[in-house]
Amino acid sequence: MPHRFPILSEDSADKVPSLTMEIIFRLKVKDAMMTSLWTATKKHTFREIQTVMRDNEISGVPVLDDNRLVGIVSVSDIINALDSGHIEEPIEAYMSKQLIVLEDDMPLSFAVSYYNKYPYRRFPVINKNKEFVGILTTKDVLTAILNEMNNEINILENQLHHDKVELPNQIIREYIIKQFDFEKAGQASFKLKKLLKEKEVSRKIIRRASVAAYEMEINVAIHSNGGKITFVLEKDSITIITKDTGPGIADVAQAIEEGYSTANDWIRSLGFGAGMGIPNTKRVSDEFKIESEPGKGTIVKSVIYLEETDESQ
Amino acid sequence: MRVSEVAAKTGIEIVTKSFNDIEVANGYTSDLLSDVMGFAEEESLLITIQAHKNTVAVASQLDLAGIVICNGRKIPEDMRLAAEQEGIAILQTEENQFVTSHKIYSALRE
Repeated sequence: MPHRFPILSEDSADKVPSLTMEIIFRLKVKDAMMTSLWTATKKHTFREIQTVMRDNEISGVPVLDDNRLVGIVSVSDIINALDSGHIEEPIEAYMSKQLIVLEDDMPLSFAVSYYNKYPYRRFPVINKNKEFVGILTTKDVLTAILNEMNNEINILENQLHHDKVELPNQIIREYIIKQFDFEKAGQASFKLKKLLKEKEVSRKIIRRASVAAYEMEINVAIHSNGGKITFVLEKDSITIITKDTGPGIADVAQAIEEGYSTANDWIRSLGFGAGMGIPNTKRVSDEFKIESEPGKGTIVKSVIYLEETDESQ
Repeated sequence: MRVSEVAAKTGIEIVTKSFNDIEVANGYTSDLLSDVMGFAEEESLLITIQAHKNTVAVASQLDLAGIVICNGRKIPEDMRLAAEQEGIAILQTEENQFVTSHKIYSALRE
Protein backbone atom coordinates (compact mmCIF):
# COMPACT_ATOMS: atom_id res chain seq x y z
CA MET A 1 0.00 0.00 0.00
CA PRO A 2 1.71 3.21 -1.08
CA HIS A 3 1.45 5.95 1.46
CA ARG A 4 1.35 9.64 0.89
CA PHE A 5 4.49 11.53 1.65
CA PRO A 6 3.56 14.44 3.88
CA ILE A 7 4.26 17.67 2.01
CA LEU A 8 3.97 19.67 5.16
CA SER A 9 3.13 18.28 8.52
CA GLU A 10 4.23 19.07 12.04
CA ASP A 11 7.28 16.84 11.89
CA SER A 12 8.26 17.52 8.29
CA ALA A 13 8.07 21.28 8.65
CA ASP A 14 11.53 21.64 10.07
CA LYS A 15 13.00 19.61 7.23
CA VAL A 16 11.72 22.02 4.60
CA PRO A 17 14.34 24.63 3.67
CA SER A 18 13.58 27.87 5.48
CA LEU A 19 13.39 29.95 2.29
CA THR A 20 10.61 27.70 0.99
CA MET A 21 8.84 27.95 4.35
CA GLU A 22 9.15 31.71 4.25
CA ILE A 23 7.75 31.81 0.73
CA ILE A 24 4.70 29.69 1.48
CA PHE A 25 3.96 31.80 4.54
CA ARG A 26 4.48 35.04 2.66
CA LEU A 27 2.48 34.16 -0.44
CA LYS A 28 -1.28 34.33 -0.22
CA VAL A 29 -3.75 32.02 -1.90
CA LYS A 30 -4.72 34.91 -4.16
CA ASP A 31 -1.13 35.25 -5.38
CA ALA A 32 -1.22 31.72 -6.73
CA MET A 33 -4.81 30.96 -7.69
CA MET A 34 -6.20 30.87 -11.18
CA THR A 35 -8.77 33.54 -11.83
CA SER A 36 -9.49 32.99 -15.50
CA LEU A 37 -11.77 29.98 -15.43
CA TRP A 38 -14.64 28.10 -16.91
CA THR A 39 -17.66 28.14 -14.66
CA ALA A 40 -21.08 26.54 -14.90
CA THR A 41 -24.57 27.11 -13.55
CA LYS A 42 -26.83 24.54 -11.94
CA LYS A 43 -28.86 24.24 -15.14
CA HIS A 44 -25.98 22.96 -17.24
CA THR A 45 -25.92 19.25 -17.99
CA PHE A 46 -23.05 16.95 -17.20
CA ARG A 47 -22.59 16.47 -20.96
CA GLU A 48 -22.10 20.19 -21.52
CA ILE A 49 -19.56 20.34 -18.73
CA GLN A 50 -17.81 17.24 -19.95
CA THR A 51 -17.40 18.93 -23.35
CA VAL A 52 -15.91 22.04 -21.76
CA MET A 53 -13.55 19.92 -19.66
CA ARG A 54 -12.43 17.87 -22.64
CA ASP A 55 -11.98 20.82 -25.00
CA ASN A 56 -10.06 22.86 -22.45
CA GLU A 57 -8.20 20.06 -20.72
CA ILE A 58 -9.49 20.94 -17.29
CA SER A 59 -10.44 18.63 -14.49
CA GLY A 60 -12.94 20.63 -12.47
CA VAL A 61 -15.60 23.26 -13.10
CA PRO A 62 -17.04 25.40 -10.28
CA VAL A 63 -20.79 25.94 -10.29
CA LEU A 64 -21.91 29.49 -9.56
CA ASP A 65 -25.18 31.11 -8.65
CA ASP A 66 -24.50 34.82 -9.18
CA ASN A 67 -21.08 35.15 -7.60
CA ARG A 68 -21.76 32.48 -4.99
CA LEU A 69 -20.14 29.12 -5.27
CA VAL A 70 -22.79 26.43 -4.98
CA GLY A 71 -20.96 23.36 -6.16
CA ILE A 72 -18.20 21.86 -8.18
CA VAL A 73 -18.15 19.26 -10.93
CA SER A 74 -15.04 17.13 -11.14
CA VAL A 75 -13.92 14.38 -13.49
CA SER A 76 -15.14 11.79 -11.00
CA ASP A 77 -18.61 13.38 -11.03
CA ILE A 78 -18.60 13.01 -14.82
CA ILE A 79 -17.54 9.38 -14.54
CA ASN A 80 -20.31 8.77 -12.01
CA ALA A 81 -22.81 10.45 -14.34
CA LEU A 82 -21.73 8.21 -17.20
CA ASP A 83 -21.89 5.18 -14.94
CA SER A 84 -25.35 5.93 -13.58
CA GLY A 85 -26.76 7.22 -16.84
CA HIS A 86 -27.52 10.83 -15.84
CA ILE A 87 -24.94 12.39 -18.12
CA GLU A 88 -27.59 14.33 -20.09
CA GLU A 89 -29.26 15.68 -16.94
CA PRO A 90 -28.69 19.04 -15.22
CA ILE A 91 -25.93 18.86 -12.70
CA GLU A 92 -27.88 20.41 -9.82
CA ALA A 93 -29.03 17.15 -8.25
CA TYR A 94 -25.69 15.37 -8.44
CA MET A 95 -22.84 17.86 -8.15
CA SER A 96 -20.59 17.89 -5.09
CA LYS A 97 -22.06 20.41 -2.69
CA GLN A 98 -19.94 19.62 0.33
CA LEU A 99 -17.21 22.01 -0.53
CA ILE A 100 -13.92 22.63 1.14
CA VAL A 101 -12.92 26.15 0.22
CA LEU A 102 -9.96 28.39 0.78
CA GLU A 103 -10.06 32.11 1.42
CA ASP A 104 -8.00 34.32 -0.86
CA ASP A 105 -6.21 36.00 2.05
CA MET A 106 -4.97 32.76 3.60
CA PRO A 107 -1.25 32.11 3.37
CA LEU A 108 -0.25 29.48 0.84
CA SER A 109 1.02 27.30 3.69
CA PHE A 110 -2.61 26.83 4.66
CA ALA A 111 -3.45 25.57 1.20
CA VAL A 112 -0.50 23.19 1.26
CA SER A 113 -1.77 21.69 4.50
CA TYR A 114 -5.21 21.28 2.89
CA TYR A 115 -3.68 19.11 0.19
CA ASN A 116 -2.44 16.86 2.98
CA LYS A 117 -5.71 16.86 4.82
CA TYR A 118 -8.15 16.30 1.96
CA PRO A 119 -8.04 14.07 -1.08
CA TYR A 120 -8.79 16.93 -3.50
CA ARG A 121 -6.27 18.38 -5.94
CA ARG A 122 -8.09 21.65 -6.35
CA PHE A 123 -9.88 24.00 -4.00
CA PRO A 124 -12.31 26.75 -4.87
CA VAL A 125 -11.30 30.12 -3.43
CA ILE A 126 -13.69 32.67 -1.99
CA ASN A 127 -13.10 36.19 -0.72
CA LYS A 128 -14.13 37.84 2.53
CA ASN A 129 -17.64 38.45 1.17
CA LYS A 130 -17.99 34.74 0.38
CA GLU A 131 -17.86 35.46 -3.33
CA PHE A 132 -16.14 32.98 -5.59
CA VAL A 133 -12.84 34.40 -6.87
CA GLY A 134 -10.78 31.52 -8.26
CA ILE A 135 -9.44 28.00 -8.06
CA LEU A 136 -6.22 26.80 -6.55
CA THR A 137 -4.71 23.61 -7.96
CA THR A 138 -1.50 21.89 -6.89
CA LYS A 139 -0.01 23.09 -10.17
CA ASP A 140 -0.81 26.71 -9.26
CA VAL A 141 0.89 26.27 -5.89
CA LEU A 142 3.99 24.81 -7.50
CA THR A 143 4.12 27.53 -10.13
CA ALA A 144 3.77 30.27 -7.51
CA ILE A 145 6.48 28.79 -5.30
CA LEU A 146 8.85 28.31 -8.23
CA ASN A 147 8.27 31.85 -9.48
CA GLU A 148 8.88 33.27 -6.04
CA MET A 149 12.01 31.16 -5.59
CA ASN A 150 13.19 32.43 -8.92
CA ASN A 151 12.68 36.01 -7.75
CA GLU A 152 14.52 35.29 -4.53
CA ILE A 153 17.41 33.78 -6.43
CA ASN A 154 17.54 36.80 -8.71
CA ILE A 155 17.72 39.05 -5.69
CA LEU A 156 20.46 36.94 -4.15
CA GLU A 157 22.38 36.92 -7.41
CA ASN A 158 22.18 40.67 -7.55
CA GLN A 159 23.52 40.92 -4.04
CA LEU A 160 26.28 38.39 -4.45
CA HIS A 161 29.51 39.56 -5.88
CA HIS A 162 30.75 37.15 -8.44
CA ASP A 163 33.92 35.31 -7.70
CA LYS A 164 36.30 37.67 -9.39
CA VAL A 165 39.94 37.04 -8.94
CA GLU A 166 41.10 39.57 -6.43
CA LEU A 167 44.70 40.58 -6.19
CA PRO A 168 46.19 41.05 -2.75
CA ASN A 169 45.04 44.35 -1.23
CA GLN A 170 42.16 44.46 -3.67
CA ILE A 171 38.44 44.09 -3.06
CA ILE A 172 36.08 43.62 -5.99
CA ARG A 173 32.30 43.82 -5.87
CA GLU A 174 29.96 43.42 -8.78
CA TYR A 175 26.21 44.02 -9.00
CA ILE A 176 23.64 43.64 -11.73
CA ILE A 177 21.55 46.68 -12.68
CA LYS A 178 18.25 46.16 -14.43
CA GLN A 179 16.62 48.61 -16.80
CA PHE A 180 14.10 50.94 -15.14
CA ASP A 181 14.48 49.16 -11.83
CA PHE A 182 14.05 52.20 -9.63
CA GLU A 183 13.07 50.01 -6.72
CA LYS A 184 16.59 48.65 -6.50
CA ALA A 185 18.57 51.41 -8.15
CA GLY A 186 20.98 52.72 -5.60
CA GLN A 187 21.45 49.42 -3.81
CA ALA A 188 24.91 48.82 -5.24
CA SER A 189 25.97 52.31 -4.16
CA PHE A 190 24.62 51.59 -0.68
CA LYS A 191 26.79 48.50 -0.54
CA LEU A 192 29.82 50.44 -1.69
CA LYS A 193 29.22 53.05 0.95
CA LYS A 194 29.00 50.37 3.62
CA LEU A 195 32.18 48.72 2.41
CA LEU A 196 34.09 52.00 2.41
CA LYS A 197 32.86 52.77 5.91
CA GLU A 198 34.07 49.38 7.09
CA LYS A 199 37.45 50.10 5.54
CA GLU A 200 37.51 53.43 7.38
CA VAL A 201 37.86 55.50 4.26
CA SER A 202 37.45 59.21 5.02
CA ARG A 203 33.93 60.63 4.92
CA LYS A 204 34.73 63.06 2.13
CA ILE A 205 36.02 60.31 -0.11
CA ILE A 206 33.04 58.09 0.75
CA ARG A 207 30.71 60.89 -0.24
CA ARG A 208 32.41 61.41 -3.57
CA ALA A 209 32.44 57.70 -4.29
CA SER A 210 28.75 57.48 -3.29
CA VAL A 211 27.81 60.28 -5.66
CA ALA A 212 29.75 58.72 -8.54
CA ALA A 213 28.41 55.22 -7.88
CA TYR A 214 24.82 56.37 -7.48
CA GLU A 215 24.82 58.54 -10.60
CA MET A 216 26.46 55.80 -12.64
CA GLU A 217 24.03 53.21 -11.34
CA ILE A 218 21.01 55.40 -12.05
CA ASN A 219 22.34 56.14 -15.53
CA VAL A 220 22.50 52.46 -16.37
CA ALA A 221 18.95 51.95 -15.02
CA ILE A 222 17.59 54.95 -16.93
CA HIS A 223 19.38 54.88 -20.24
CA SER A 224 20.59 51.37 -20.94
CA ASN A 225 19.05 47.97 -21.47
CA GLY A 226 20.66 46.96 -18.20
CA GLY A 227 24.19 46.17 -17.17
CA LYS A 228 26.45 45.81 -14.21
CA ILE A 229 28.46 47.94 -11.86
CA THR A 230 31.84 46.93 -10.50
CA PHE A 231 33.75 48.42 -7.60
CA VAL A 232 37.45 47.82 -7.24
CA LEU A 233 38.88 49.01 -3.97
CA GLU A 234 42.65 49.17 -3.85
CA LYS A 235 45.19 50.56 -1.45
CA ASP A 236 45.10 54.06 -2.87
CA SER A 237 42.00 54.25 -5.04
CA ILE A 238 38.44 53.18 -5.63
CA THR A 239 37.47 52.43 -9.21
CA ILE A 240 33.83 52.32 -10.26
CA ILE A 241 32.97 50.81 -13.61
CA THR A 242 29.57 50.41 -15.25
CA LYS A 243 29.14 48.26 -18.32
CA ASP A 244 25.83 48.04 -20.08
CA THR A 245 24.48 46.04 -22.97
CA GLY A 246 23.31 48.92 -25.12
CA PRO A 247 22.03 50.91 -26.87
CA GLY A 248 25.22 52.98 -26.67
CA ILE A 249 25.74 56.72 -26.97
CA ALA A 250 25.93 58.24 -30.43
CA ASP A 251 27.70 61.42 -29.38
CA VAL A 252 29.71 61.00 -26.20
CA ALA A 253 30.94 64.61 -26.20
CA GLN A 254 27.35 65.81 -26.18
CA ALA A 255 26.35 63.37 -23.44
CA ILE A 256 29.04 64.72 -21.13
CA GLU A 257 27.69 68.27 -21.51
CA GLU A 258 25.64 69.50 -18.59
CA GLY A 259 21.95 69.70 -19.39
CA TYR A 260 21.97 67.21 -22.22
CA SER A 261 19.65 64.29 -21.60
CA THR A 262 17.59 61.78 -23.53
CA ALA A 263 15.52 60.78 -20.50
CA ASN A 264 11.74 60.53 -20.85
CA ASP A 265 9.16 62.59 -18.94
CA TRP A 266 8.48 59.89 -16.41
CA ILE A 267 12.12 59.78 -15.34
CA ARG A 268 12.28 63.57 -15.32
CA SER A 269 9.24 63.71 -13.07
CA LEU A 270 11.20 61.74 -10.49
CA GLY A 271 13.85 64.43 -10.48
CA PHE A 272 16.38 62.64 -12.65
CA GLY A 273 17.29 62.89 -16.30
CA ALA A 274 18.33 66.51 -16.21
CA GLY A 275 21.63 65.83 -17.87
CA MET A 276 23.58 66.22 -14.64
CA GLY A 277 24.50 62.62 -13.91
CA ILE A 278 27.65 62.51 -15.98
CA PRO A 279 28.83 66.02 -14.99
CA ASN A 280 28.19 65.15 -11.32
CA THR A 281 30.19 61.96 -11.67
CA LYS A 282 32.98 63.73 -13.51
CA ARG A 283 33.20 66.42 -10.85
CA VAL A 284 33.77 63.96 -7.99
CA SER A 285 36.15 61.75 -9.96
CA ASP A 286 39.92 62.06 -10.16
CA GLU A 287 39.88 60.10 -13.41
CA PHE A 288 36.86 59.75 -15.66
CA LYS A 289 36.32 57.98 -18.96
CA ILE A 290 33.39 57.02 -21.18
CA GLU A 291 33.64 54.59 -24.04
CA SER A 292 30.59 53.89 -26.11
CA GLU A 293 29.66 52.25 -29.32
CA PRO A 294 26.14 52.75 -30.70
CA GLY A 295 24.32 49.46 -30.91
CA LYS A 296 26.69 47.81 -28.48
CA GLY A 297 26.98 49.49 -25.13
CA THR A 298 28.72 51.93 -22.89
CA ILE A 299 31.52 51.59 -20.38
CA VAL A 300 31.96 54.34 -17.82
CA LYS A 301 34.92 54.39 -15.49
CA SER A 302 35.46 56.65 -12.52
CA VAL A 303 38.53 56.55 -10.31
CA ILE A 304 38.69 58.31 -6.97
CA TYR A 305 41.97 58.50 -5.08
CA LEU A 306 41.77 57.70 -1.42
CA GLU A 307 44.31 60.39 -0.66
CA GLU A 308 42.56 63.75 -0.77
CA THR A 309 43.82 65.78 -3.73
CA ASP A 310 43.64 69.54 -4.10
CA GLU A 311 41.80 69.63 -7.42
CA SER A 312 38.80 67.67 -6.18
CA GLN A 313 36.09 69.12 -4.01
CA MET B 1 20.47 72.74 15.97
CA ARG B 2 19.14 69.22 15.74
CA VAL B 3 16.49 68.02 13.29
CA SER B 4 13.89 67.78 16.07
CA GLU B 5 14.69 71.32 17.21
CA VAL B 6 14.33 72.69 13.67
CA ALA B 7 10.98 70.92 13.43
CA ALA B 8 9.81 72.32 16.76
CA LYS B 9 10.96 75.85 15.94
CA THR B 10 9.38 75.97 12.48
CA GLY B 11 6.26 74.00 13.38
CA ILE B 12 6.99 71.50 10.62
CA GLU B 13 5.84 67.99 11.39
CA ILE B 14 8.19 65.00 11.49
CA VAL B 15 6.53 61.95 9.97
CA THR B 16 9.18 59.26 10.40
CA LYS B 17 8.79 57.33 13.62
CA SER B 18 12.51 56.95 14.14
CA PHE B 19 15.48 58.90 12.76
CA ASN B 20 18.97 60.02 13.62
CA ASP B 21 18.44 63.37 15.31
CA ILE B 22 21.66 64.91 14.05
CA GLU B 23 22.84 68.50 13.95
CA VAL B 24 21.58 70.28 10.86
CA ALA B 25 24.45 72.03 9.12
CA ASN B 26 22.59 73.66 6.26
CA GLY B 27 19.64 73.49 3.89
CA TYR B 28 19.24 72.81 0.20
CA THR B 29 16.13 73.49 -1.83
CA SER B 30 15.66 71.64 -5.08
CA ASP B 31 13.27 69.32 -6.85
CA LEU B 32 15.92 68.07 -9.16
CA LEU B 33 17.58 65.11 -7.49
CA SER B 34 20.51 65.22 -9.90
CA ASP B 35 21.10 68.78 -8.75
CA VAL B 36 20.84 67.71 -5.11
CA MET B 37 23.30 64.92 -5.83
CA GLY B 38 25.71 67.42 -7.29
CA PHE B 39 25.51 70.24 -4.81
CA ALA B 40 23.77 69.53 -1.50
CA GLU B 41 26.13 69.60 1.45
CA GLU B 42 26.17 66.81 3.99
CA GLU B 43 23.96 67.15 7.07
CA SER B 44 21.68 69.49 5.16
CA LEU B 45 17.92 69.43 5.24
CA LEU B 46 16.62 68.84 1.72
CA ILE B 47 13.56 70.98 0.94
CA THR B 48 11.69 69.46 -1.97
CA ILE B 49 8.42 68.14 -3.40
CA GLN B 50 10.00 64.90 -4.61
CA ALA B 51 8.06 62.54 -2.35
CA HIS B 52 9.33 59.12 -3.40
CA LYS B 53 11.78 56.47 -2.37
CA ASN B 54 14.61 57.63 -4.60
CA THR B 55 14.81 60.89 -2.65
CA VAL B 56 15.69 58.80 0.41
CA ALA B 57 18.38 57.01 -1.57
CA VAL B 58 19.90 60.34 -2.59
CA ALA B 59 19.67 61.71 0.96
CA SER B 60 21.32 58.61 2.31
CA GLN B 61 24.17 58.66 -0.20
CA LEU B 62 24.84 62.29 0.69
CA ASP B 63 24.45 61.89 4.47
CA LEU B 64 21.71 64.49 4.53
CA ALA B 65 20.05 65.32 7.86
CA GLY B 66 16.51 65.00 6.58
CA ILE B 67 13.97 65.56 3.82
CA VAL B 68 11.29 68.24 4.07
CA ILE B 69 8.37 67.47 1.76
CA CYS B 70 6.48 70.63 0.81
CA ASN B 71 3.02 71.48 -0.50
CA GLY B 72 1.55 68.71 1.66
CA ARG B 73 2.57 66.11 -0.88
CA LYS B 74 1.62 62.63 0.16
CA ILE B 75 4.47 60.52 1.45
CA PRO B 76 4.30 56.98 0.10
CA GLU B 77 4.61 54.21 2.65
CA ASP B 78 7.68 52.70 0.97
CA MET B 79 9.40 56.08 1.17
CA ARG B 80 8.70 56.43 4.89
CA LEU B 81 9.88 52.89 5.58
CA ALA B 82 13.08 53.39 3.56
CA ALA B 83 13.80 56.59 5.46
CA GLU B 84 13.23 54.92 8.83
CA GLN B 85 15.57 52.15 7.80
CA GLU B 86 18.23 54.68 6.83
CA GLY B 87 17.64 56.81 9.92
CA ILE B 88 16.75 59.83 7.82
CA ALA B 89 14.01 62.13 9.06
CA ILE B 90 11.14 63.03 6.78
CA LEU B 91 9.29 66.23 7.59
CA GLN B 92 6.09 67.37 5.95
CA THR B 93 4.53 70.78 5.52
CA GLU B 94 1.58 72.27 3.66
CA GLU B 95 3.69 75.27 2.69
CA ASN B 96 5.71 75.63 -0.49
CA GLN B 97 9.47 75.41 -0.89
CA PHE B 98 9.96 79.19 -0.78
CA VAL B 99 8.24 79.70 2.56
CA THR B 100 9.70 76.51 4.01
CA SER B 101 13.22 77.50 2.99
CA HIS B 102 12.76 80.87 4.66
CA LYS B 103 11.52 79.29 7.89
CA ILE B 104 14.33 76.77 8.06
CA TYR B 105 16.94 79.34 7.05
CA SER B 106 15.75 81.66 9.83
CA ALA B 107 15.74 78.86 12.39
CA LEU B 108 19.26 77.81 11.49
CA ARG B 109 20.65 81.35 11.45
CA GLU B 110 19.11 82.47 14.71
